[in-house]
Amino acid sequence: MTDEVVSLINLSKIYSLPSGDVIALNNISLQIKKGEFVAIIGPSGSGKSTLLNQLGCMDVPTSGDLKIGDKSVNSMTDQEMTTLRLTTIGFIFQKFNLLPLLSAHENVEYPYTLKYRKRDTTNRITKLLKLVGIDEDLAKHKPNELSGGQQQRVAIARALVNNPMILLCDEPTGNLDSKTGIMVMNILRRLNKKGKTLIIVTHDPAIAEQADRIVTIRDGKIVL
Amino acid sequence: MKDIIFAMALRNVKINYFRSILAAVGITIGVVAIASMGMLGTNMTGAVTDQLSSMADKLTVTAYTGKSGGGGGPQVSTSNDNLTKSQYKNIQKIAGKYGYVYGLDSIRDKVKKNKDTWNTQVYGLDLTAMKTILNNLTEGGYPTSDNSVLIGPNFALDNGFKVGSQFSVGSRGVKVAGIIESRGMSMDMNTDNAVVITQNLFSSLYGGKDEYSQVNIVLNDINDASTVSDEIDSLMNRRETQVRVQDSSRMVSSISSSVTTMTSFATIIASISLLVAAVSIFNIMMMSVTERIREIGVLRSIGTQKIEILRMFMYEATLIGILGAVSGMILSIVIGFVFIQVMIGNTKYFFTYDSLIHLPYAMFVGLIICIISGIYPAWRGANKDPIEALRAD
Repeated sequence: MTDEVVSLINLSKIYSLPSGDVIALNNISLQIKKGEFVAIIGPSGSGKSTLLNQLGCMDVPTSGDLKIGDKSVNSMTDQEMTTLRLTTIGFIFQKFNLLPLLSAHENVEYPYTLKYRKRDTTNRITKLLKLVGIDEDLAKHKPNELSGGQQQRVAIARALVNNPMILLCDEPTGNLDSKTGIMVMNILRRLNKKGKTLIIVTHDPAIAEQADRIVTIRDGKIVL
Repeated sequence: MKDIIFAMALRNVKINYFRSILAAVGITIGVVAIASMGMLGTNMTGAVTDQLSSMADKLTVTAYTGKSGGGGGPQVSTSNDNLTKSQYKNIQKIAGKYGYVYGLDSIRDKVKKNKDTWNTQVYGLDLTAMKTILNNLTEGGYPTSDNSVLIGPNFALDNGFKVGSQFSVGSRGVKVAGIIESRGMSMDMNTDNAVVITQNLFSSLYGGKDEYSQVNIVLNDINDASTVSDEIDSLMNRRETQVRVQDSSRMVSSISSSVTTMTSFATIIASISLLVAAVSIFNIMMMSVTERIREIGVLRSIGTQKIEILRMFMYEATLIGILGAVSGMILSIVIGFVFIQVMIGNTKYFFTYDSLIHLPYAMFVGLIICIISGIYPAWRGANKDPIEALRAD
């Protein structure tokens, strides 16, 4: 068992379009260790989102391999990849992506219920929401009744609820004002210090600078 | 709520309540149409059977002459066409335990009063049979001698006869002893336009003593018709065909079967409304999937399996189906009751098992149609590429 929680080995992703093949990721190799904070930066269209989708087991590579822990994604079925997203990876999106039908509390509880097939009776949801600064009254509100910062904090609590190994963040402060953005980054850094592996895709150099390592992508290749 | 997938489906139905209700209304209309048509069929069959059952409890036995019978009334007798006394006794022996057996003579002959002459059906019955079969008289009493007769109500009305009126049948002058109550059409005899004389008078006028044009059996239980018919046939026609048995219950069953066929056809036509509802639900479910593509992407990205997405949409279709089917069932009871009252004039059979069974049947069909309509949209939602789905606005 190695320290590496994520390993990309000569991974390529090619999209076949009528106009011809588009190489989104070109023979990428990358290892990320447990507890590491990695920022992935690069210009628009460089392949950041494609890489994030690969890391999040949302897509399969055209060639090469991706390992999460010691499990190779290549040999996984859709069901196994979905289970991996439920138990091992926590997603945090730029647009928060909370479920509009559910309250903040239920949004956090949803992945927990999927994993354990029961409602939370341990008060874990309330504790997590408290950890990110959402009190019980606020937790009763639907996402459209919360501010952007509050929604993103609920999204962080949701990502944490099944105690994932990796937190994948896609521009987590992109839709927030600078003050709220700093608050959200403080939460994420605190989680990283507690041992969570943090992978952030960002355009913001100020955020990237806080990372242990910056990975720059250009034209589907890692350049630094 | 234990199942969060069901809870989300329920909330989506509630949030889009207007759209859900509109979709359910389609199912409601279909369920009402199918259930009402089914119940109408059952009630109509019951009413028709009721009306015909007075005819259906009779079997008519005639001598086999090799000619096919036309049915619907007694034959004009000739001496070769008659049943013998011994045949009558055999029939009596076989059918006596199932009902009342009596011999009947019949002929078409002229009756005269002064210069007026009418061609009329003349029946010959013994007095006991008269009192048993023609047990309702509107006026007068039964014949006390061979010279007194009974007449049908139409014959009396058309020719101005009353109790005590005199006229002649064949060569004999007779007197009206009583007027029979209207019996309508019947398999055994049609007395409304006829003259009924004693069997003694009949044989003295037309010959054929100890012979009968036909032997009729009035069954105690209509369900014995086939048994009696088969028994007479197997015992009396074993060596050679002697008699022909006409079973009126077969005619009634054929009419009931025609009514059932007609109402089944109407039910199939009514089912078209359910197909329209199915298209509407399909459309609404497709809209729901399209509107929630991003939500599907989020659900998939945070670990929801395809089967759970499929379940969520199927729950929605089922909830709409249940809403439509239950309201359809309730409305069917009210609308069906009024509909049957207007169409048939009575609701005697409405609350019977055979009638009410159409309610769960129509509900089940409505629900199944709804679920089937939801399968493709649900499958499509479940199989959305999560990356594509997350990109949708």
